[in-house]
Amino acid sequence: MAKMTVATLNEHRATMKKTYPTTLQPSPLTRIVVGMGTCGIAAGAQEAWDEMKKSIAEFGIEASVQMKKTGCMGLCQVEPTVEIAVPGMPTVIYGKVTAEVAKRLVRKHIVEKTLIDGHIQDRPAIDIVAYVKASEGEGGTR
Amino acid sequence: MTGEKEVAESRPIGAAPVGAAASGGMVAPVGAAAPGAGAAAGARQYLLVCGGEGCQSWKSEELFLALHQQAETLGVKNEVQIIRTGCFGFCEKGPIVKVMPSETFYCGVKPEDAKEIIAGRIAAKKDVERLVYKKEERLAATTRVPEGAFYNKQFRIVLRNCGVIDPENIDEYIARDGYAALGKALFTMSPLEVVAELRASGLRGRGGAGFPTGLKWELTRVAPSDQKYVICNADEGDPGAYMDRATIEGDPHSVVEAMAICGYTVGATKGYVYIRAEYPLAIERLKIAIRQAEEYGLLGKNILGSGVDFELEIRLGAGAFVCGEETALMRSLEGNRGMPVPKPPYPATSGLWKKPTVINNVETFANVPMVILKGSKWFASIGTEKSTGTKVFALTGKIRNSGLVEVPMGTTLREIIFDIGGGIRGGRKFKGVQTGGPSGGIITAKDLDAPISYESLTALGSMMGSGGMIVMDEDDCVVDVSKFYMDFCVDESCGKCAPCRIGTNQMYTILDRITKGNGEEGDLGKLEKIGQAMTKASLCMLGGSAANPTLSTIRHFRDEYMEHIHDHKCRSGSCKALVRFTILADKCIGCGLCARRCPVPCISGEKKGVHVIDQAKCVKCGECFVSCKFGAVVKA
Repeated sequence: MAKMTVATLNEHRATMKKTYPTTLQPSPLTRIVVGMGTCGIAAGAQEAWDEMKKSIAEFGIEASVQMKKTGCMGLCQVEPTVEIAVPGMPTVIYGKVTAEVAKRLVRKHIVEKTLIDGHIQDRPAIDIVAYVKASEGEGGTR
Repeated sequence: MTGEKEVAESRPIGAAPVGAAASGGMVAPVGAAAPGAGAAAGARQYLLVCGGEGCQSWKSEELFLALHQQAETLGVKNEVQIIRTGCFGFCEKGPIVKVMPSETFYCGVKPEDAKEIIAGRIAAKKDVERLVYKKEERLAATTRVPEGAFYNKQFRIVLRNCGVIDPENIDEYIARDGYAALGKALFTMSPLEVVAELRASGLRGRGGAGFPTGLKWELTRVAPSDQKYVICNADEGDPGAYMDRATIEGDPHSVVEAMAICGYTVGATKGYVYIRAEYPLAIERLKIAIRQAEEYGLLGKNILGSGVDFELEIRLGAGAFVCGEETALMRSLEGNRGMPVPKPPYPATSGLWKKPTVINNVETFANVPMVILKGSKWFASIGTEKSTGTKVFALTGKIRNSGLVEVPMGTTLREIIFDIGGGIRGGRKFKGVQTGGPSGGIITAKDLDAPISYESLTALGSMMGSGGMIVMDEDDCVVDVSKFYMDFCVDESCGKCAPCRIGTNQMYTILDRITKGNGEEGDLGKLEKIGQAMTKASLCMLGGSAANPTLSTIRHFRDEYMEHIHDHKCRSGSCKALVRFTILADKCIGCGLCARRCPVPCISGEKKGVHVIDQAKCVKCGECFVSCKFGAVVKA
């Protein structure tokens, strides 16, 4: 990437907004986001990641599933945490995702489209970046 | 922002975003979503029954089964999936049922409500109004968030991207309005305007002291010099605090962007992130972030073609707590031994290499892009009058839902500990919460309703600190906790000034003998006297605040200290030396399990006969107490 000017940065941002919708924004793809801060990794997030990757390959659904890592979701008590957005289903955060649970997530949630019992966590906060957008008319920006 | 509109318009009809609020550019108040909103007609609904510890005691399991049964009876089994979840917080209002995708929140639901919910919400797609949790109930009178924002227990400004973006991908940060604040500052604002915006926002230092950030930048901006510096203090060392680590690991670019804005504002061309070497993942992600920002021309020479230069480097701290103190940090950064120097002169006029320097904490910096982008008015509308914005806390200890929480200033400790944290684990009783780590103090049950702000926590004898929040229950001994913090300060004192070097040691010696049952009459008076001297005479805040945990626990729990000194008794059983394990002759059946488990061994007795503990040899490990299946071993 060449050095940007403010104009090319803004153009780039417009493109990236389309490339990277958040899990609460619609996408034709299934998205899996794994909390991989120090806390998540220590609790076994890497094992969960590997297991899901393997399962996805076994089901042959690699093309429709995107996996990415993120930082800490803040739910230390229930690490490792995994957020899943499947088109047509509520986007949910699962906690205590061991390798065994990870495997089940792929089969039950992604392939069979049912939620898994006992692991869903409450979303801690609204998305402030999206909220800020809505208030733009209120004189937030100058 | 450009591009936002396209995202919104490209949404397929009937595929409105499920989950919470964020479709491109729109926000729907989550709890107030219209019935059936967010789902295509006829789509499946989901009932999430809270299966947390608190809700289980409210019979959530019975409710769960009743809902299943009703779904079957009413023939809507295939239209709904009913599952149990982890703890949703709000345990005192349990059991809680959340409906997806409508995001309705029912509270205080009883098994007999199952029929109404299934018939109403599921079959007729109409909410059971009397059970719906009103959003006002979630808002304390003292908590302010911008108008129209649904307050979902937490409000995340600093952590806005944590858990959302891939921290190693600058493009995701840019997609979330990243570096828009830098562009705005460089091309549409003068340095003076940036300072004015920050000052109007009321943003204060999140490292704990609460110095106004705008003023700090202004003092550095006006200081004449050929070279100035910007430093990010990421030497997070308080036991139990990990807010800054999580911020850098989850969103390193927010700090990078803020530092570049700061460089432009104060006229510094060079910045350093001083981060502890114990955070390898944070360091790695920060390195990647800096490299990506350089490649994009967001750091380095002529940023975005503005003619402004700013370079950023990482410096690793070697794990000394005192290096979190700004003057010691700068000495360490210069390559010298990390020891504090007296202030003034303040870093704003004479900091790193005696040049004017802005030094801010990670969390402070992470706020800056949002202040610039959305304006001071928006920011100042959050929190309290004098403490604006939010604060991130690392909630740990004897709490059900430990975690990283960000709440508006003005939120009460009760909301954080009981609503978000879910209360005390195992149904034990709340004793106190330590804020501010080894520099803070304990806050007890009577002050749980105090709204959090810099001033209120100081008035309660604690302090905001960097954000560690350690919750204690009745099994924790305040003397033992004070001893732990003092031990930490003895280790971490740099030894330069006598009050801290000698004072911490003396206080530790006294606390240690109290926990061992050797406390003397007048020890509390001595602790208070030494503590006050340290507080007044120490060179930096390490010594200046080291006595706080001890002084505040003496203030709130004098009777417990006296019990240790007079009665040689520790009511929580934490002070091992004061605990005595004995075997009740009438309950012991002589199974011998305790004797086999005893590591010393000091338990003897005939098979099937009463066993006895040799008190002289006992090391108070408690193995016998834990292993006995007949309640014959007692702790006193």
